[in-house]
Amino acid sequence: METAVFIVCALVVLAGGLGVVSARNPVHAALSLVATLFGVAVLFLNMGAQFLAVVQVIVYTGAIVVLILFVMMLLGVETSDDLETEPIVGQRVLAGLVGFLFLGAILLVVIVGRDSIITGAEASSDAISTATDNIAQIGRQLFTNWVFALEITAALLTIAVVGAVALARRPADPEPIPEPESMTDTGDEPLTAVPHEAGH
Amino acid sequence: MGSDLSVAYLMLSAILFAIGAVGLLVRRNPLVMIMCLELMLNAVNISFVAFASALDDIAGQVIVLFVLVIAAAEVVVGLGLVVAVARRRPGFTADDVKVLRG
Repeated sequence: METAVFIVCALVVLAGGLGVVSARNPVHAALSLVATLFGVAVLFLNMGAQFLAVVQVIVYTGAIVVLILFVMMLLGVETSDDLETEPIVGQRVLAGLVGFLFLGAILLVVIVGRDSIITGAEASSDAISTATDNIAQIGRQLFTNWVFALEITAALLTIAVVGAVALARRPADPEPIPEPESMTDTGDEPLTAVPHEAGH
Repeated sequence: MGSDLSVAYLMLSAILFAIGAVGLLVRRNPLVMIMCLELMLNAVNISFVAFASALDDIAGQVIVLFVLVIAAAEVVVGLGLVVAVARRRPGFTADDVKVLRG
């Protein structure tokens, strides 16, 4: 059963990944990315990481991809990318070669190593327990062993939000549009009754 | 979990990472490049969880949570940059900003 789920999800993940790379329309690429991320979420479930599977769906497909799609709609993406022009001669071939060599190197290590590929002490921080919930165990780890990293991450998120706001802010217009005359308060005649005087 | 399936997860992770890396090198649309980055981060996440379950260690799953947060921060800043550049030149590609100057 576990193997069957793995095979199906691996196919979905790989097809989605190829779709992201090869789709002409960026929106199609984003939808392929959603397929990939869902496949990864099911793989997480298959490996017993229930909390991460849920977080994967909420954060990645629910927030990140939607954010990318929002930006696409905001910028008005052209319907198709120009995949033919090659700005650097031989870039495609070189990129394919680099990817192939990289993949070959990793697969060689994994296949040659096979049974001894996974080394290291078992359960060096905390064993995955079946008695407590996955989420409770992760939460306990986060606030004990990893609390410093957690705080740093919080600071990083704050910095990222401030940076994004600073980047996306519209630069000040050289000539601000003047307010219409009717909106400006000239101060000579109150148009409406001033509410806070009634209270005195 | 059987050792065979762990190795299969690692192989899947390697293939997905290679796809993302090639996409990052080949594509020129900045948004698609960000998506390829996400592919690579997800490949690493798969291998983290595979190691976590193979070694029976919860730390791998905790690190994946941090990777998720880093990915979110990276996307936020990256999209901010894309919006800021696209305001000056709509429909830009990565080649238009190769000198890193407005």
